[in-house]
Amino acid sequence: MQDTADHEARLSHALGRWGAEGHRLLQLLHAVQTPSGYLAQDALQDLAQRLDLPLAHVRGVASFYSFLSTEPVGEFRVLFSDSITDRMEGSAELLDRMCRRLWVEPGRVSDDGLVSIGTTSCTGLCDQGPALLVNGRAIPRLDAARVDRICELILGREPVSRWPEQLFVIDDVIQRSDVLLRQQFPPGEALAAARRLAPAEVIAAVTRAGLRGRGGAGFPTGAKWAACAATAGPERYIVCNADEGEPGTFKDRVLLSRHADLVIEGMTIAAYAVGATRGLLYLRGEYLFLRDAIEAALERRRGAGLLGEWAPVPFDVELHLGAGAYVCGEESALLESLEGRRGIPRNRPPYPVTHGYRNRPTVVNNVETLCAVALIMLGGAAAYRSVGTQESAGTKLLSVAGDCARRGVYEFPFGVTVRQVLQAAGAGDAIAVQVGGPSGTCISVDEFDRTVCFEDLATGGAFTVFDRRRDMFEVARNYTHFFAHESCGFCTPCRVGTSMLARVVDKIHDGHGSRHELAELDQLIAALGKGAHCGLGHTAMNPVRDTLLRFAPAYERRLASTDFAPAFDLDAALAPARRMTGRDDPAAHLGDAS
Amino acid sequence: MSGTFLLDGVAVPFVAGQSVLQAALAAGRYIPHLCYHPEFRPHGSCKLCTATVQGRLVASCTTPATADLVVQSNTDELREIRRTLVQMLFAEGNHFCPSCEKSGNCQLQALGSDLGVTTAGFRHYFPDRPVDASHPGAWIDFNRCVLCELCVRASAEVDGKNVFAISGRGLTKHLIVNAPSGRLGDTDFEVTDKAMGVCPVGAILPKRVGFAVPIGSRRFDLRPISAQALDDAPRPGGRPDV
Amino acid sequence: MSDALRPKIRLATTSLAGCFGCHMSFLDIDERLFPLVELVEFDRSPLTDIKHCGACDIGLIEGGVCNAENVHVLREFRANCKVLIALGACAITGGLPAQRNHLDLGLCLQEVYLTEPSLARGGIPNDPELPLPLDKVYPLHEIVRIDYYIPGCPPSADTIWKVLTDLLAGHTPHLSERLIRYD
Repeated sequence: MQDTADHEARLSHALGRWGAEGHRLLQLLHAVQTPSGYLAQDALQDLAQRLDLPLAHVRGVASFYSFLSTEPVGEFRVLFSDSITDRMEGSAELLDRMCRRLWVEPGRVSDDGLVSIGTTSCTGLCDQGPALLVNGRAIPRLDAARVDRICELILGREPVSRWPEQLFVIDDVIQRSDVLLRQQFPPGEALAAARRLAPAEVIAAVTRAGLRGRGGAGFPTGAKWAACAATAGPERYIVCNADEGEPGTFKDRVLLSRHADLVIEGMTIAAYAVGATRGLLYLRGEYLFLRDAIEAALERRRGAGLLGEWAPVPFDVELHLGAGAYVCGEESALLESLEGRRGIPRNRPPYPVTHGYRNRPTVVNNVETLCAVALIMLGGAAAYRSVGTQESAGTKLLSVAGDCARRGVYEFPFGVTVRQVLQAAGAGDAIAVQVGGPSGTCISVDEFDRTVCFEDLATGGAFTVFDRRRDMFEVARNYTHFFAHESCGFCTPCRVGTSMLARVVDKIHDGHGSRHELAELDQLIAALGKGAHCGLGHTAMNPVRDTLLRFAPAYERRLASTDFAPAFDLDAALAPARRMTGRDDPAAHLGDAS
Repeated sequence: MSGTFLLDGVAVPFVAGQSVLQAALAAGRYIPHLCYHPEFRPHGSCKLCTATVQGRLVASCTTPATADLVVQSNTDELREIRRTLVQMLFAEGNHFCPSCEKSGNCQLQALGSDLGVTTAGFRHYFPDRPVDASHPGAWIDFNRCVLCELCVRASAEVDGKNVFAISGRGLTKHLIVNAPSGRLGDTDFEVTDKAMGVCPVGAILPKRVGFAVPIGSRRFDLRPISAQALDDAPRPGGRPDV
Repeated sequence: MSDALRPKIRLATTSLAGCFGCHMSFLDIDERLFPLVELVEFDRSPLTDIKHCGACDIGLIEGGVCNAENVHVLREFRANCKVLIALGACAITGGLPAQRNHLDLGLCLQEVYLTEPSLARGGIPNDPELPLPLDKVYPLHEIVRIDYYIPGCPPSADTIWKVLTDLLAGHTPHLSERLIRYD
């Protein structure tokens, strides 16, 4: 088969580029896979042999990531983004349309091996959805015409690299700029400002400025840097977390698209401050379209003497691609992935600042955090601290999408109210806002005067608006399935609990729910919240918990009985037996209990 | 460095490097656990050892023992979480005790009875998982695997063989065998391997051995797991009584 | 009101997809049956041969749900018993009959009745009097609300006795570790 013959060439080339080392495994799998993401058994075996790793280990890593497949996926693998905003814009109907045109069932490979169609988690294109990935490449703004064009190209077996460029155009829409986005950042200026201070003074400035991580967790950046700098060792690392996987978040996408240079500058300043010489940028697989531009930005900076081992701050950055795993946005899971392993969050302590990438002291910072670092160097700590709230200094980039007139990136000072954001975005009819994505908080109209900041509504940037057309139960259901799909599977409460949560919500959706299900949801919410290994598990029940509290009628009106009903249709459960015996008499059927 | 910390109001001695769980077990204080084995580094996946440390819920097997700790290990809330976790495990796999060769010597089963679990509570998944009987001396019933990864670690770290690995993500996470065919018979696994004896449930079993000890005389018939786990814990300066 | 005049607790029992082993184990309470019948009146049960449940205080059911008739009986018990108890492994987990759940029912019936040469005449029995099997065997609590569970295969007489006497005394049933066995 063509795939297998090609893999040897791809493997040689990949080993030449990355080296035959176990911690490169994920990047090597990327390079060896077929364009559609298939890794045949012999490709895995060759790779295992060359890396001196057990075959089962290689298989285990490949099987963890959504974009790698150890089963054939066809020549064209199409993955529709299944985020709630894409669904609201008709992604399900478009998927259906494509399946009918291409004569394939969702989740299966077509008989001729041409195409498979499935879904994937939010691709970060919420401001221009619905979106899909075809052989890893993103196509936004889907409608019937685009879907039909894509079908034509697939049927014509046109390689994706030769498809019309206009299909792949991604817009960067910035609706509101503030101190960060309005600032001019001539390459090297912020770094020069940093170098006029001693490294310890840079850390002190970042601390005084009150900068907190912009990925969602909000850990004080200065403290993180100080802890890393204080840890003895020959090597320290700066890792940029560009895994922006929280559904509804796309502000890092825009930053990397328009300000890649600034992000790299921030990394370099961090390297100077903590004494790191090497950096890694972990880019989520869904943002493959940004890879070349970021590599070009790195090359430009090397050429300008701002990056590289001979630069005034000896520091270079390697770009690594993720492969479709939300959990890799968690910093210790991200490090596992960078080390070529399954993205399982680590046991902590120790923490990455002391034992991070390959056990070296490592700073993991979000894209936006690194940009803010550069702003602090140019404008000073006091100016930065003067904006925002008591515990949340500076501004926050919000990615606003959903039911609003003006989607895109909004930069607001911390402390802005939800109402103000809704007004700016033209969302007059909102009944709910999901602040911080599904791992954040769902609030209703009564709470629109609450503020966006760490002490109130914390967010990594996602700000998803729902108006009165939306069924908040279905929103919660979509989010709940997301967590079940993305659970890494390590710990019992999350591996089983997220799946059970989805099953119970489905049972209510299917019309078999009762008070028993509401009680079971409470039990699962407690187990997940209290027992989970990492943030994913701890927040997986947030959508159900929040909507149960604020939109109880959306659940209650779906309850079929007050007491208990089976999760399935009992009469349908007799159908196989009816078929085999050819019976259809009354005794061959079961009605409702009442 | 050594010292004491408070466990349920009573002082527990520890030496540097011990986890809260290890120190507790060595001091004769039982905290339920499943994926922990005294001869291996803690795994932290089953979450049965969850305790409240400085007011936060953490896995006690991966929490280092230090002198200032205040630990609660036996509150109503913790017992409820542990029961739920055992229920989740029972519902996730196919744990048919009446015909299982490990019954009476099984840690999952013993934990269930010790914690007062009388039902899986949740809807059973009834997954379709295979049985691998390809090896001449051992067999694997994947229906019973609780993903503690002890066999993975034992095979890699003690036997030096790498017979097992983990594959899949989320609920599809499962144990796999390191052979192109995926079958145990195509590996260099031996019945004398550490990976053979370390399985806490009936997933990896020797062939042609079963039901040799009558009901009533098996390991956990005689004494509950809360008593027996303490026998296994290494005493300071001593070897574990296995 | 004296003991002699106090109305007796009505207890109904049945076996659905069970082997009656749990009923046998129940009878292992031996001579404790005598004080029991002072307090308890058996309603529908294999011991009384009463065919249908009246209003009862306690229902004890062994066996899981494998066919349509099981569903009818289970519903009758749930409708008439204030407290319904799943008795034994099959009632609680589906047990041995549920070991068919990973197989396709249609293929099973085909293998047994059509492919096997041992039957004199092929053909899957389809008499209207035969209850049809469900696609899977279900534990009781996945069909109706169950109030308590007595695990075991079978539960020992002591375990059953403890639950019953707790209920009769007005306590929430509690089983110590020694009384909880799953085999």
